[in-house]
Amino acid sequence: MTLQGTYRDCGDVAVVDFSGKITLGEGSATLRRMVKELIDTGHRKILLNLYDVDYIDSSGIGELVAAYTTVRSASGELKIVHLTKRVHDILQITRLFTIFDVQSDEAAALHSFRGTT
Amino acid sequence: MAITSQRLELTLETLLESVDLAESIAMRVSQAAGFSDEDVHKIGMAVREGVVNAYNYGNQQDRRKKIRMTVEFEPERVIFRVVDEGKGFEPTEVPDCLAEENLLRTSGRGLFLMRAFMDEFSVRCGATGGAELVLVKKLPRYVSGNGRSQPE
Repeated sequence: MTLQGTYRDCGDVAVVDFSGKITLGEGSATLRRMVKELIDTGHRKILLNLYDVDYIDSSGIGELVAAYTTVRSASGELKIVHLTKRVHDILQITRLFTIFDVQSDEAAALHSFRGTT
Repeated sequence: MAITSQRLELTLETLLESVDLAESIAMRVSQAAGFSDEDVHKIGMAVREGVVNAYNYGNQQDRRKKIRMTVEFEPERVIFRVVDEGKGFEPTEVPDCLAEENLLRTSGRGLFLMRAFMDEFSVRCGATGGAELVLVKKLPRYVSGNGRSQPE
């Protein structure tokens, strides 16, 4: 299943709901394109909702890291919410939990953006 | 594709589609061998990473080159081999993706995942000079709760 992403505004936070696989090729490209479009249109608070992403490979992990550095480079903030077990486990064994701000639910994630510029 | 009772050989094109195909085959043979769903997932992903390595780094996405994959069943284990037509590489020269200074690198985690998901992993020089990735998993009936091999 290729990666599908739909975007919605929650106040000043851009939430992207993803469904599918983040893997080498189309999946990674979709993630890269959506984050770039959000940055290009002035968004600086981005929440990636990975509720329905049950598979990520090393290319997808690299793309998540690239998204993080892209948003940070634009003085923005990127957070992740609703990890499936497999994505959670991958981020854990690759130590990326120490890099990403991973939130357990959307309300907490949105709240955690408050007060940031 | 050649199949014997213990061995399957495939020649894959250097295409993105080959990555999915190799993963799918690895998962099917693992499932047929009785691995748990979780192990089937891990084996599939490890083989996927091996073929991604061959596609991207070994063959440099050159469609004139091939990727050879074999699956071999031994009495206690299954061995996947992925061979590319590149120049080979020294795994010790690949940066440690868990090191603090490398966490923000966007590549270099494939070898780590192969090691993490298989029981044994090694890189050899293939017959044509490319890299040969060897991924080994003990068959389920030889793995007891304490991780030691045990025949039924």
